[in-house]
Amino acid sequence: MNCTDSRSRLHAYLDQELDLPGVLAIDEHLASCEACKTIFVQHFALQSGIRKHAVYYTAPDTLKERIRGMIGRSVTATPANGVKPRWQQPRFQRFQLGAAVAATALLSWIAAIQYNTAPEAELLAEQVIASHARSMLTTRLADVSTSDEHTVKPWLSSKLDFSPPVTDLTRAGFPLVGGRLDYLDNRPVAALVYGHSQHVINLFVWPDRGSGRSLPMQSMSKHGYNVLHWINGGMAFWAISDLNATEMKTFAEAYAGAK
Amino acid sequence: MALTRVLAHVSVPGAKPGQQHRSEDQGEALNLDERARVRRFEEVFVVHLDAAYDYAHWLTRDERNAEDVVQEACLRAFKFLDSFHGERGRAWLLAIVRNTYYTWLKRNKAEALSVSFDEETMLANGCELADLESTGTSVDQVLHQQDARRLINGALDQLPEEFREVIVLRELEDMSYKEIAAIAKIPLGTVMSRLARARKLLLQHLQRAQQES
Repeated sequence: MNCTDSRSRLHAYLDQELDLPGVLAIDEHLASCEACKTIFVQHFALQSGIRKHAVYYTAPDTLKERIRGMIGRSVTATPANGVKPRWQQPRFQRFQLGAAVAATALLSWIAAIQYNTAPEAELLAEQVIASHARSMLTTRLADVSTSDEHTVKPWLSSKLDFSPPVTDLTRAGFPLVGGRLDYLDNRPVAALVYGHSQHVINLFVWPDRGSGRSLPMQSMSKHGYNVLHWINGGMAFWAISDLNATEMKTFAEAYAGAK
Repeated sequence: MALTRVLAHVSVPGAKPGQQHRSEDQGEALNLDERARVRRFEEVFVVHLDAAYDYAHWLTRDERNAEDVVQEACLRAFKFLDSFHGERGRAWLLAIVRNTYYTWLKRNKAEALSVSFDEETMLANGCELADLESTGTSVDQVLHQQDARRLINGALDQLPEEFREVIVLRELEDMSYKEIAAIAKIPLGTVMSRLARARKLLLQHLQRAQQES
């Protein structure tokens, strides 16, 4: 990489919008180019200065209350124009029981697993979300694009110091799109890419730091993404996508059950 | 500020012309139960009120106007809640805040400062990357000074609006390039070039401050 290339990617680098090979290429260049390094350092200082010192104006409580009040009033002021409430409509009644049962099951599932979310896991979840978002931005979603698990697995194993479990889940409705290398939790990790209609699921896998612990499935919802995390067989798994929580659970169960 | 009159013209992301009428025809299918809508609004948008207010404050640079803009933006967001399909609520609300602000600005042109800005002039006046390299002045020192807070906020304040807003969205609201592009309705390439120029201007400003002190 030359100076022109490195400087043209300065901002994408600073804003974590580059993929892993892009980041590594810049790092390599900066290690040997003082001129570029000076510029990068200036920009880093500026960025952290802004984040540290710029005023973040928080909404006054009176404004929050006023908005809540206005929204509440707008509801009572607009009754449903003669349309029967939904629970009195026959179509709703048919689904009512099933939906209620499903909702209760989902809620208790989420409640049961959201208890033990450690701060460490929270931080990692942020990283996972950032990686997922970045992978969606670039054209390089997969390094190996194939639904053949027998191609993806050996490829990942050859690049990593572990061998992630790879299964095509086409029959469950989640076809394998391919595999990619990524960097999380301060180490290179495997990213398995699955599709579901127009949605993309990234499943990050790497050896767990703890010794022999396992962790039942935990769910988090952040920034509009649903994240599932579990530890099994010495591997940490993080699944993320913009699918809803139920679909994510179906995916994770299909993946975990396939092995 | 007569915002309410203005709002009929505010566009909302995801709400295409005509969509609103269609949703009324198919009210049964598309409209959620009203109480569920309020609950959804709380979950999706009210949690981002601080972000909305911060962005509005940096746009309007005035408490009172920021409150007005946020309040009206929330009403718009609530009205168009049904066309929100689970994207990031924060980015969606910020886009509405921005639309509301610009509609308000158009109506209050006489009182508002001129925000017209020529990017070409900017290009001609903007320093090249080499300039930063050659000055050799480190902003590090500026940022470690006791009045770093005043300097940084002063530098942000003097930025032309187009540049200030991308910096605020990026550094304070932690929006991705894609989200900034959607909020400010500019191409990804423009997001990047504006961020680059904004940072260049900020660095120049801080270096000048450094030399003066």
